[in-house]
Amino acid sequence: MKEDQGPYRPLSYFQLMEVSLRELLVEKGIVTEEQVNAAVEDMRERTPERGAKVVARAWVDPEYKKRLLENGTKACEELGLDVPALKLVAVENTPQVHNAIVCTLCSCYPRMLLGIPPEWYKSRNYRSRMVREPRAVLAEFGLKIPDRVQIRVHDSTADMRYIVIPMRPAGTEGWSEERLATLVNRDSMIGVAIPNGPTDR
Amino acid sequence: MVEPRFKPGERVKVLKAYPLGHVRTPFYIRGCTGTVERICGAFPNPEELAQMRDGLPPVPLYRVRFAQKDLWPDYNGSAADVVEVEIFQHWLEKA
Repeated sequence: MKEDQGPYRPLSYFQLMEVSLRELLVEKGIVTEEQVNAAVEDMRERTPERGAKVVARAWVDPEYKKRLLENGTKACEELGLDVPALKLVAVENTPQVHNAIVCTLCSCYPRMLLGIPPEWYKSRNYRSRMVREPRAVLAEFGLKIPDRVQIRVHDSTADMRYIVIPMRPAGTEGWSEERLATLVNRDSMIGVAIPNGPTDR
Repeated sequence: MVEPRFKPGERVKVLKAYPLGHVRTPFYIRGCTGTVERICGAFPNPEELAQMRDGLPPVPLYRVRFAQKDLWPDYNGSAADVVEVEIFQHWLEKA
């Protein structure tokens, strides 16, 4: 992969391992370079914009939101988003409830909607503290949740994957779905941020 | 598929067991009591899959809701705060 990775650094143990394994697999004819590249491209195409599309649709279409909360996987398929081998559970933020997602066991993440997880999501710090002191962790992300709001942390320990539907920001009445989607960033769908509205700037 | 033994709203207790091998029940909820939030479906048993077996018949998987105050006596936050965890049926008993 040729891309900007900052200043030169020698390959780490795991990077070397990846290169060695990949070259061996190609050499032995188990996969081709083209297949590897196609898989990488596939992964790269999955970005948080896909999740934002789902959220924006839920904001403008209450019937869609209902279906999304009932069966996340089916609702994504409706938008032409492929969510293979996975059960998606959408959880909705309200004035009374704030949701956040973690995987304490490893780094389960709704990759099909949000792409590759950020480094901090996989860190021991986030994974161990999010279920122990979520309010402190959220505060470190700059998010102060008032005590009257319930915090629901979702630990994805098995076959479900979660996405948070944040609250639609005030002042966005009449906005198009496409414009709304631009407000929805990755962190707000993990639940460690809330989308900024036009009046928040 | 193994028949579900618990219904949403029912109180359940997570087994306080420490078997070796690949287990998807986190340590911090073992021995704790919570409420079934929903039945997620049934999935091959991950403990069997990890041993290269088929994990069949599929085991019911539950989302169980725990009050933070029940998990951490010194929890620093609202008494209403909760954690939801996916737990396979064979890790649960009636509370």
